Formats: sequence, C-alpha cells, structure tokens
Amino acid sequence: MSADDTDATTTATTDERPSPETDPDTTATEPVVELADVTFGYTATPVVEDVSLTIDPGEYVAVVGPNGSGKSTLMQLLLGLLEPDTGRTRLFGERADRFEDGERLGYVAQHASAAKEMPITVREVVKMGRFPHVGIDRVLDDGRTVTETVREEPLETVLGTANAVFGRLTASDWTIVDDALATVGMSAFADRRITELSGGQRQRAFIARALASEADLLVLDEPTVGVDAESVDAFYDLLAALNADGITVLLIEHDLGAVVEHADRVVCLNREVYFDGPTDEFVESDALARAFGTEAQFLTGADR
Amino acid sequence: MSTDVAATSVLTLLATIDPSVVDPSLAVLLQSGPGGVGDLVFGVLLWLLEQWYWLLDWVYYFTGLEMIDPRYRYMQRAILVGLCVGVMAPLIGTFLVHRQLALIGDALAHTGFAGVAVGLFLNAVLDLGVSPYLTAVIVAMIAALFIELISEVTDAYNDVSMAIVLSTGFALGTTLISLNAGGLAVGVNQFLFGNLSTVSPQSAAILLVLFAVIVGTVALTRNQLLYVTFDETAAAVSGISVNWYNRVMVMLTAMVVVGAMQIMGVILVAAMLVVPVAGATQVSRSFSESLLVSVVLAELAVLLGIAVAYYAGVTAGGVIVLVAVGIYVCAVVAGKVQSARGGQVTPDMGSIDVEGRDVGPTTDDD
Repeated sequence: MSADDTDATTTATTDERPSPETDPDTTATEPVVELADVTFGYTATPVVEDVSLTIDPGEYVAVVGPNGSGKSTLMQLLLGLLEPDTGRTRLFGERADRFEDGERLGYVAQHASAAKEMPITVREVVKMGRFPHVGIDRVLDDGRTVTETVREEPLETVLGTANAVFGRLTASDWTIVDDALATVGMSAFADRRITELSGGQRQRAFIARALASEADLLVLDEPTVGVDAESVDAFYDLLAALNADGITVLLIEHDLGAVVEHADRVVCLNREVYFDGPTDEFVESDALARAFGTEAQFLTGADR
Repeated sequence: MSTDVAATSVLTLLATIDPSVVDPSLAVLLQSGPGGVGDLVFGVLLWLLEQWYWLLDWVYYFTGLEMIDPRYRYMQRAILVGLCVGVMAPLIGTFLVHRQLALIGDALAHTGFAGVAVGLFLNAVLDLGVSPYLTAVIVAMIAALFIELISEVTDAYNDVSMAIVLSTGFALGTTLISLNAGGLAVGVNQFLFGNLSTVSPQSAAILLVLFAVIVGTVALTRNQLLYVTFDETAAAVSGISVNWYNRVMVMLTAMVVVGAMQIMGVILVAAMLVVPVAGATQVSRSFSESLLVSVVLAELAVLLGIAVAYYAGVTAGGVIVLVAVGIYVCAVVAGKVQSARGGQVTPDMGSIDVEGRDVGPTTDDD
C-alpha cells in the first residue's frame, strides 16, 4: 500500500463517521483520537504531512518510524499541545487544542523526565494524577443548587470548598492513589524517592499516575528507552493488562520487535503515513523497508 | 467617612501609640493613596506591626536580649522582615531550583535595583515621595514577565533571557543614578548591600503585603506549580496552562526578591532562594518535607545572621548568606551520612493486578 493509498483509505473511513456537531448521539462510540489531513511544520518544511488517523476506544496502537520521522510531533499534535497548520485534530470528539478533560489522558514520557535531584516520593508523583479532579465543581456535582447544598450540608460544603480551593486530596482520592500503586505492583515503593528507582520502576510509577487520573487514553513516548530487557517485558505485560481492561493505548516506539509482539495495530510514519493496519499485515508488508530504508528489521524476544 | 478622614484617623491613632511609627512619607502615601481600601490595608498592617513590637517587648523583658530592646524598633522590624523572607524565599525557591531556574533570583534582583533607581530618581526629580521598594516591586514584576516573554517568543534558553534582563536592569539602574549627577549614589548603597537599620515601618508594611500574596498564591496553586515543576509536558496534557503558571512563578519570584532586598541587598538576595533549598534537597525524602526543611534552614540562617550582624557590627546580608552556606555544608554532610547508613532493603516488586487480573510476578528490581 502506498502512502497515497493509506491516506485515501483513512480519509474515507473518517468521512463515513458522523460529525459530532451534526450528531451528538454518537458520543458513546466517539473515536478517542481523530486526525484528519493534518499537516504541521516548525518551519516551512512539514514534519508531518497530510496524516489521517482514527483510534477507537480499547485499541492498542503503536506508531513507529525512523528518527526524525515526526512521531513525537504527531503525539504532541494529537494531544493538543501543538496546533496543526492544516487539518483537524480531535480528542474524544472535541478539538484537541481546546480539550478540557485532561484527566482522561495519561502521558508517560521517554526517560521518565523526573528532575534529577528533586526530592519527591513515588506516592507524591502518583498523587499528581488526582490534581485535575480536585476542583470546586466536585462540591457542587450532584445537581443541587448552591443554596440547597449549603442549606442541607453546611459543614460538609464549607470543608469541601476549602479542600477544593486549597487543592487538598480527599480520603477517596488517596484510596485511588493507593489502588493505582497496587495495580502496577509498586505499593512497597510508595515512600521511595523517585530518583532511587530503576528505569522500569519509574515508568510503572508514571503509569500509576495515569491510572490515578482514571485516564481513558494512555499515550507513551518511547517509554522503554534505557530500561533493561527484563523490566521491558514486565512493562509491556502491564500495558497489555491495562488495555485488556479497556484503556486505549497509544505507543510511540522505536523498538520494532516490541511493537510486533505487543501492539494490535501499527501506524508506520515517516512524515507521511506509510502503513496503518493490523500488526501481522505490517510485518508482511514492504512499508518498513520504504519508511526506514532497507536495513530495518524486526528483532523479537531474545534477539533484542 | 471620607478617605482622607479615615487615613488621618489611622495616623492619629498610630501616632498616639508610638509617634516614631508615623513618618512623613508614610503620611503622604496614605493620604494620597489610590483609595480608601489601600489606606485601610496599610492601617491594619501598621496595627499588626504594633502587635509585633508588643510581642518582642515581652520577649525582651523575659530574655533581656539587647538586639530586641524596645528602643531599637528598627531591629524588631528587621527581625520581622527576616522571618517573612525566611518563609517566602525557600517556598518559591523550591520550585525554582527544581526547574533549574536558580539564577532567576539574581536577574530579578538586578532589575529590582533598576526599580529602586527609578523610585529614587522620581523622588529626586519630581518629589513624588514614593517608596523605592514599591517601584522595585513593579519594575521587577515587569522584568519577570519579560524573561518569560523572551523565552516564549524567541525560543531562547531560559538562562539567555535571564542574562539579557539582568544586564538591562543593572544598566538602567546605573544610568538613572548617573543622570542625577551622583546625588543618588549614597542612597543606593543600602539597596545594594542591605541594611537592618533602614527597614522603615512603610517598607515592613509593603513586605507584609508581599508575604500575604506569596503565601496565599502558593497555597492556592501549589498542586499546579508542583506538576509544572516536575513534568511540564504531563502537566500540559492534564489541562494545566503551563505558560500561565510559569508567569505566576516568576511574578512571585520578583516579589520575594524585592522583599528580601531590604536586609539582604541586591547582590546577595538570590542566595535565600537557592541555598536553603539546596540544603533541604540533601536531607529530605519527599517534596513536602523538603519545603518544610528549607523554610526551617532559611529561618535559622536569617535569625543567626541578624544576631551575628548586630553584635559584630557587620552587614546583615553577607552574614546571613555565610550562615546559610554553613548550614548547607552541614546538610550535605548529613545527607551523605544518611545515605551511607541508609542501605535500604529493596522491597520486592508486587505483581501487576488489573481488576484482579494477575498477570504474573515480576522481577523489576534492578
């Protein structure tokens, strides 16, 4: 399949979907990520060009491509951190650059960008996942008016408001934090400084932060760079388990072997989309050779 | 009651309590202030200052400490300013140091110096009677925004924009001072090197306002500031406006710098933002602990520094920084001993458990 074919196919798929503006009933099956004919460049030369991509809830998608292929730029575009020059980007049906439900997104960076000497514990890092949930709206979230709420529960309202204004986490927030730590198997490390952890452990802590946020979409930017092979396997097991539990996973990855072993769908990018389809079809296609040149090959398991 | 009548009443009340509190420039500021609210706030602050005198008077009667003798109101004010700086500076410094912006304090102190020069210049030329600290706060806050703006617009490294603003501030300050044919040079020395005896009730009141704004803002935005400090991209993804909080951070820094300038001086003021935080980082395990420890270390440095400066008759700013550096060295040693003794047992990793789905034990404990 050529790049042109891919674009045409994906665009056709996108066109078939009812627009959220015209059909609000489609919200339940709304794609998690929707990029349509997106072009972006930091200078006059585009870094990503005419990219269309739709990711549905529950998918496990990997974006692969050689260095400088625009993978990280694509990630920033779809998360709304960059605005496309042309085309449109949507998250859960809303314009990505105006998307406000940040708690639905979990992000894990390369090298787990913890400030080198920052004294911060694993629990404090995971706690950050609850920050988007702490706000005055949680006090007035049950359909009652402000007057009704204050009249019926004066003390709780005052305490809840004070907690929300000063950003204090409630007992239920802490339970969610502890559950997230338990899910990734890091409960025993909760009070360790994040800088004392190995690469693999640190990445698990960041996954726990996304879980504490109750994210529906987990975006990982080359998360296993610098992580030892054994920890990498455990890390992908965790991703698989979370995906099986319904979380959409978008993995930006340089390790083709890992992608082939774990992802259900591959998007091969080198400025344009060279391939977008099931992983087994990607292995058999010539997209890899065209996007990477002839030297790239899949190394799986013990070969890596 | 009209604004002027209210201001006059406050001044009369204060003059009855202690005539030394009311200086002519304060009267001008109060009576020609922007409105009744400002007058009232200053009145309340000066009342608070009175309570502080009263408290220290009692401490003096019990301890007999010469440096808080009721005759030395300037020392009592200097201690109040020092204690406030000891909270504000590490509170903001903790976020700055871990964002690798330790030198922003230096840049803003030099622009604060330009602000002082603007104030002195306006007073000398137009006889406005404004506090140089007030103009310093304004100029430093504008400069703080410029640092962010230069970084955002030109994509320059933060240290480049800091260097540009630092140089511009100092150049503007020296130019304004030389414009007045050296007439301001004498007055400038106290701002360059700090001086305990020049903490007037008016500047103490300004500092109390800065203290309230800084502590209040950090209390309200600490979650966002922490997230942006720790992981800027993840913070942006979670919906936090990183640029906005960066601006809040540098504005607060400008306020701390000008507040601390009174006793520390322009040249040494940045040390209070950095040194106690660097010490706390060595011995703390968590972020909240490091905030607390850095405040404790800063207060220790301020109080010891002021005491040594008073009894030895030396410049307070220099002594406070030397004491802070001494404490930092002790913290480094304590941190090394702590980690040498520590030898924590590495706990076993738990198994991954998604909704009760155990996907097997792991050995990720390298």
